[in-house]
Amino acid sequence: MDTALFEYTGGLADDALVSAQRMGWWISRAPELEEDVALANIGLDQLGQARNLLTYAGEIEGEGRSEDDLAYLRDERYFRNVKLVERPMTDFGVAMARLLTFATYQLHLYRTLATGDLGERDETLAAIAAKAVKEVAYHVDHATHWVLRLGDGTEESHTRMQSALDAEWPYLEELFGPLDPVLTGRVADRSALRDAVLSDVRRVVTEATLSVPEVPPALGGGRDGLHTEHLGYLLAEMQHLHRSHPGAKW
Amino acid sequence: MSTRRDWPLWEVFVRARRGLSHVHAGSLHAPDAEMALRNARDLYTRRGEGVSIWVVKASDIEASTPDERDPFFDPAADKIYRHPTFYDVPEGVQHL
Repeated sequence: MDTALFEYTGGLADDALVSAQRMGWWISRAPELEEDVALANIGLDQLGQARNLLTYAGEIEGEGRSEDDLAYLRDERYFRNVKLVERPMTDFGVAMARLLTFATYQLHLYRTLATGDLGERDETLAAIAAKAVKEVAYHVDHATHWVLRLGDGTEESHTRMQSALDAEWPYLEELFGPLDPVLTGRVADRSALRDAVLSDVRRVVTEATLSVPEVPPALGGGRDGLHTEHLGYLLAEMQHLHRSHPGAKW
Repeated sequence: MSTRRDWPLWEVFVRARRGLSHVHAGSLHAPDAEMALRNARDLYTRRGEGVSIWVVKASDIEASTPDERDPFFDPAADKIYRHPTFYDVPEGVQHL
């Protein structure tokens, strides 16, 4: 098995999957029905990306595990997502701060996978990424519009948007972890995306009259399966049905 | 808790493909025009229904009322010469 590629693909898949699950929390809870639908759409886009990526991870592994096996039957320790996406997202400001940062990262990541300067591009990841680029571009747009309105809105919305950004910012660093050298030229080097991603996010933050947080990065470890206490609860809810009724279908 | 003002209502018009007009698709709530356009995209074009969207604030639309129906529309009914019913429509013509 190509362990490095399996881990890399698993990281991309789990970021999207866990983020989708958090986004799903908003269904029926958004400020208006219209926003409910928008957030559900975004969550479903992410879920679609996760499904393709998990299926591919299963193929790389070569042990016959399907997307469902990987999504529903792995324990927390085997999830490779960053901590950014697993933490609770029950404040609308936090939801928009997270979507802005995470989707901007995904946009640069998927673009590089699909059309970046890669000598021995992984064609499957490139195809999955090419399909997802338009989706995440819309996610960035949606989050941008909200951050601008909340940041440059009322005093209350400004304060809450700023504290949301402050809360998310320490977790951005983990997105830009180093690339396993054996994957050089085959997939996107996430550490090389840092400047472009942060500069895009900073532009929105500044335009929204907010300040770019100056905070030390939080402890990483998500890519090695070391998570916050929140992921276990999220997985319990997400996996419960499949584990209680293995192979259940709609 | 502060009183919450509801978002205004917007009417949504979607053009299904080039060459056709925008058709009223429904309405939605949004805080401003830009967000209305985005909400419209999510609510009315997610199954590939459109190539273009218009949103118009519902309060900006001047509409005829049911009370005015007779003076507005009845006079047209008895003027048969206004209708192109005396022509044979060639076969195969779709958008007439």
